[in-house]
Amino acid sequence: MSAHMQDAIYAYTGGRPAVAGQATLVFVHGAGHDHSVWNMPARHFAHQGFNVLAPDLPGHGRSAGEVLTSIEATADWLMSWIEGHTDGPIILVGHSMGSLVALRAAAEHPARVARLVLVGSVAPMPVAAPLLSATLDARDKAHAMINQWSYTPEHHLGASAQPGMVLTGVNRRLMERSAPGVLHTDMAACNAYTAGEADAARISAPTRLICGERDQMTPPKAARALQTALAKVPGGAHIIVLPNAGHAMMAEAPDAFLDALRGFVVTP
Amino acid sequence: MTYRPVYAPATLSLHAGQSPDSDHGARAVPIHFTTSYVFADAEQAAARFNLERPGHVYSRISNPTCAVLEERIAALEGGIGAIATASGQAALHLAICTLTGAGGHIVASRALYGGSHNLLAYTLPRFGIETTFVDPRDLDAWRDAIRPNTTLLFGESLGNPGLDVLDIPTVAAIGHEHGLPLLVDATLVTPCLQQPIELGADLVVHSATKFLGGHGVAVGGLLVDGGRFDWQASGRFPTLTKPYEGFHGMVFAEESPIAAFLLRARREGLRDFGACLSPMNAFQILQGIETLPLRMRAHVDNAEALATHLAQHPMVARVGYPGLADHPDHEIAQRLLPKGAGAVFSFELKGSRAAGKAFINALRVFSHLANVGDAKSLVIHPASTTHFRMSASDLAAAGIGEGTIRLSVGLEDTGDLIEDLERGLRAAAKVEGR
Repeated sequence: MSAHMQDAIYAYTGGRPAVAGQATLVFVHGAGHDHSVWNMPARHFAHQGFNVLAPDLPGHGRSAGEVLTSIEATADWLMSWIEGHTDGPIILVGHSMGSLVALRAAAEHPARVARLVLVGSVAPMPVAAPLLSATLDARDKAHAMINQWSYTPEHHLGASAQPGMVLTGVNRRLMERSAPGVLHTDMAACNAYTAGEADAARISAPTRLICGERDQMTPPKAARALQTALAKVPGGAHIIVLPNAGHAMMAEAPDAFLDALRGFVVTP
Repeated sequence: MTYRPVYAPATLSLHAGQSPDSDHGARAVPIHFTTSYVFADAEQAAARFNLERPGHVYSRISNPTCAVLEERIAALEGGIGAIATASGQAALHLAICTLTGAGGHIVASRALYGGSHNLLAYTLPRFGIETTFVDPRDLDAWRDAIRPNTTLLFGESLGNPGLDVLDIPTVAAIGHEHGLPLLVDATLVTPCLQQPIELGADLVVHSATKFLGGHGVAVGGLLVDGGRFDWQASGRFPTLTKPYEGFHGMVFAEESPIAAFLLRARREGLRDFGACLSPMNAFQILQGIETLPLRMRAHVDNAEALATHLAQHPMVARVGYPGLADHPDHEIAQRLLPKGAGAVFSFELKGSRAAGKAFINALRVFSHLANVGDAKSLVIHPASTTHFRMSASDLAAAGIGEGTIRLSVGLEDTGDLIEDLERGLRAAAKVEGR
């Protein structure tokens, strides 16, 4: 068994079923994405003594249901859904929109979220007006914009971090596959979430930020402001900047990303 | 923030898939002649074997030089990735065997390269895979041939020998209505003249031996995935949607809904069938691709000039080139091949087999051989070579006349090529007493 289907929600488990007593890592994907953005790190931790849950959020990927329209509602849904899988503390990892969901969930459920990892994250996360508009009525253009700003120049023309694959092509197809309106609803939710800094100030779980050095969607400079807002995190939230990586850092710099995650999850 | 479109083909042909070598700064693509790759530590080794980290393990599965070629063709085709294989035939076999096995069924155009026809008609049935061949222009025939166990539709952008232009958008739509992908052999057009994936095809194969290389020195094949086909939703592809015990019980469509096909093709097909490309050949094919846009434009210019010249010649009964108005697929070629209908075509010499032989023997610039897609112009007379055992009536049934001549038009001076053809036509006329 490699996946859970419960309440019409699909979750990738990294190729291994859950084992009682193991810590659980929960991966939350970003706007217009699904669980597959996490496949390599999810497989890794599933084979390193962790239970892994990488759900397709409602209305995304293989999961049924309506897309949730706010970060707050998605965080509520996520924590409620997790109840059905584990009652122990979890390590929550979110990317981009998923990082806001994770941030909100950690602020609201301090007893459940033992550790927090925010990947490609800034708060607030304003979405450029031309992009938000394009997600509504010019999806091809929106996908091109997202690719343009999510990958380093090298990944538009040079060698791929994953031999034989065109990463921008994979991302384009993944976004194309989402139902009409999903990407726009996700982007609008990111844009409307204004409680990020206040939520960050409530978090006391050990937290790590992972940024792409050349990320144009959520630049490291803006991530520093979020780092500062995480004032209650014991010892402060540590930030790791991945060299020569963009917003799509899990795909662009998979080794460095996994190392940054392992350094926090496996050897705290 | 500014919006910028993706790079144009001429730029991708030179750069896609390669960054200057980080150790030495090599601008050209280095040839990585190595069978295997040292792991940094035991953790990395285990992670690479289990697809937790990307990277090369063994050159039958992947190789850095071959990866440049794979990423370059995928970028040019608008795909998500590609796999380089030992030949075009290996690419076709890899595509089929990734999707189907004993009990499976394919619907294919009957206008195929002879080697592909052999594979489907005679060899694969031995392994339990059947094929129904259809007239590529008969859209109802494609639809009617689909069975519950069908797994693939297959055709060539330009069919053999009549250069039937495959109606990719319509045939792909028929496939998609039935949860089936369309595989297109785009060898004769290359991504410079047509991008089948943008027209609706799901998978593309190339014999890179031909125009992609262009030099006639390296045999190789490429299999490109467009990444658009939903294997899970189709319900016809257990190789991608059920656990594969041969690779850690992986369910490829769960691992990656977009790249499931390429994951299995590489992890099973290359690993077990083993038809990988040599990095030396990958390097040579890459040298060709660097100039592909320039060459294809010149190939098409020469082909159009020669086809037009031959069509007006008294010794020529007919020219079968979709770029000419009298070809049955001229209209669809205008739509699907607006940059040109390639550089391979046949024409019908008036007269007997002897006239055909005389034509061939008089040529000085065209090389008489059985290949297409070389930078040099090539010619063959099927009735005296590839099909010499066949009677006139059997030839006719195969769409070949006693005077059929096939040209692969190269990059020589247009005037020199026309003069060479004139020399051959005079010799043929002499034999016929004209």
